[in-house]
Amino acid sequence: MVRKLKKKYYRYLPLYIMMIPGLTYLIINNYIPMAGIIIAFKQINYRLGILKSPFIGLKNFKFLFQSSDAFVITRNTISYNLVFLILTPAVAIMVAILLNEIKNKRAKKTYQTIILMPYLISIIVVSYLVYALLASDTGYINNSILEALGKEGISWYSNAKYWPFIIVIVALWKGFGYQTIIYFATIVGIDSTYYEAAAIDGATRGQRILHVTLPALKSTIITLTLLGIGRIFYSDFGLFYQVPLNSGPLMDVTNTIDTYVYRGLLQSNNIGMASAAGVYQSLVGFALVLTANLVVSKISKDDALF
Amino acid sequence: MVDNNKKFKMVSHIIMVFLCLCCILPFLLLISSSVTEESTLIKEGYSFLPKKLDFSAYIYLLTRSSALVRGYMITIGVTVVGTVANLTLTTLFAYPLSRKDLPHRNIIAFFIFFTMLFNGGLVPSYIMWSKYLHINNTYAALILPNLLMQGFFVIMMRTFFTANIPDAVIEAARIDGAGEAYILRKVVLPMSKPILATLIMMVGLMYWNDWTNGLYYINKDKYFSVQVLLNRMLSDVQFLKTSSSVSQIGNLAQNLPSTGIKMAVAVMGALPVMAIYPFFQKYFIKGITIGAVKG
Repeated sequence: MVRKLKKKYYRYLPLYIMMIPGLTYLIINNYIPMAGIIIAFKQINYRLGILKSPFIGLKNFKFLFQSSDAFVITRNTISYNLVFLILTPAVAIMVAILLNEIKNKRAKKTYQTIILMPYLISIIVVSYLVYALLASDTGYINNSILEALGKEGISWYSNAKYWPFIIVIVALWKGFGYQTIIYFATIVGIDSTYYEAAAIDGATRGQRILHVTLPALKSTIITLTLLGIGRIFYSDFGLFYQVPLNSGPLMDVTNTIDTYVYRGLLQSNNIGMASAAGVYQSLVGFALVLTANLVVSKISKDDALF
Repeated sequence: MVDNNKKFKMVSHIIMVFLCLCCILPFLLLISSSVTEESTLIKEGYSFLPKKLDFSAYIYLLTRSSALVRGYMITIGVTVVGTVANLTLTTLFAYPLSRKDLPHRNIIAFFIFFTMLFNGGLVPSYIMWSKYLHINNTYAALILPNLLMQGFFVIMMRTFFTANIPDAVIEAARIDGAGEAYILRKVVLPMSKPILATLIMMVGLMYWNDWTNGLYYINKDKYFSVQVLLNRMLSDVQFLKTSSSVSQIGNLAQNLPSTGIKMAVAVMGALPVMAIYPFFQKYFIKGITIGAVKG
């Protein structure tokens, strides 16, 4: 029996050995930091090290949730994500449907190439693009558009009221191409006999889109929304930190959990609050993924992620 | 009906052209600003057509300053080493996972899947890499944290292996006496060129565009990759803007990259991606569409 077992594993030994580098990396890069969540329950003192730093229970969390920051960063993170979750697929589906109506192959490919470009560029370069448009002294909008209209230049980087729109526009600009490609691939995969049957029944273009295309996209919409809900407590750090140039007056509308954690950890040296916010993000994020998946698996089992 | 069809197509083209312009015009603004003469730039601001053509920003960057050239070398080096290492780890992990006969493979698959659902966040990760593994100001900082292997790509590759490599092929090789390493190298990999090309593109792009590891772990100029350099140049302006002390502004202004040079560096950071991407578009699109289908 033991010998048989030995023989069985011996055969697979090379396969297990192959996985050692990857497993080691996962343990170091992913699992040890998971255990590091205890930092949030300690008063970290680097000289003592993490293990010997004293436990302070939920004090860090208490401080975090007593401050007004907790509300602001939660509100910002969730509300931007909700807007992205609705707007991006809406635009992407529309564009994918239009793209599908275009029969000229070269035009179709060119359009696809161009709308995906913003997605491939680093968010830092995007910050420069936004800066070129919005800089108060040399920016295009102040210098060329507002001046031509005879209006006074706006100091964009210190006026918070514009930024919810700017952030949404930038996120949409950067992200719609990616989703368009996904929806377009699904549309291309729809069996053309559905459309022919609909045409024979006298369906108009609008009806065909409404009754054939959209239902076929249902699965993809659910999957992407599910992934989005799982990420609703997370934000693109660069979009909220570097695109607004880390500008103080904008903080009320640009501070998210990720920027808060970064600033606490590396700028204001407030590790307690930063780690509490990080744990808050990890746990709620995790709960949201599980819940969203559970709900979907109840409604339409095939669309659940796991 | 036919007329209606034509009209709809026209409208589709018009909307698509408009969207494409929205995507491309900001880049034109950047490029045009980078080749505009400095004093014109300061006087009239950034514009879509250079009023006075001048390449001195690029000449300065390529001849008088070593930061960009060094940044490029670092970015290229990190991208190549990182991509090769990432793909090696990913392949070595994905192949055994794709073998239906591997004992305990579900546990191992869950071990990697779980990293996609839950993570410890920035604070513990930062403290581990910087205080315990002393990664600050090394090239390893640009390669190792978070970028070396992603559960997402492993599962993408495993799915490809499961779907495209018949068990019978592997079994036949085994009967011929081939070892697992040999099977992976000579049987599986040659059949997996599409997924390898796709992942090389996705992982390469990830390394090329990464700036956060540089932000967290690097503060010495000589380790700045292009993106980290770009980030730092943007931050200096912020510092200038928020600083209240006049003497400090005067001091910084002397070292501050001029208006045109900043745009030129941004162009250099974006250009390689934009130039290479259209030729490999197929693989990027494949990567995106496979990625959206659950593994």
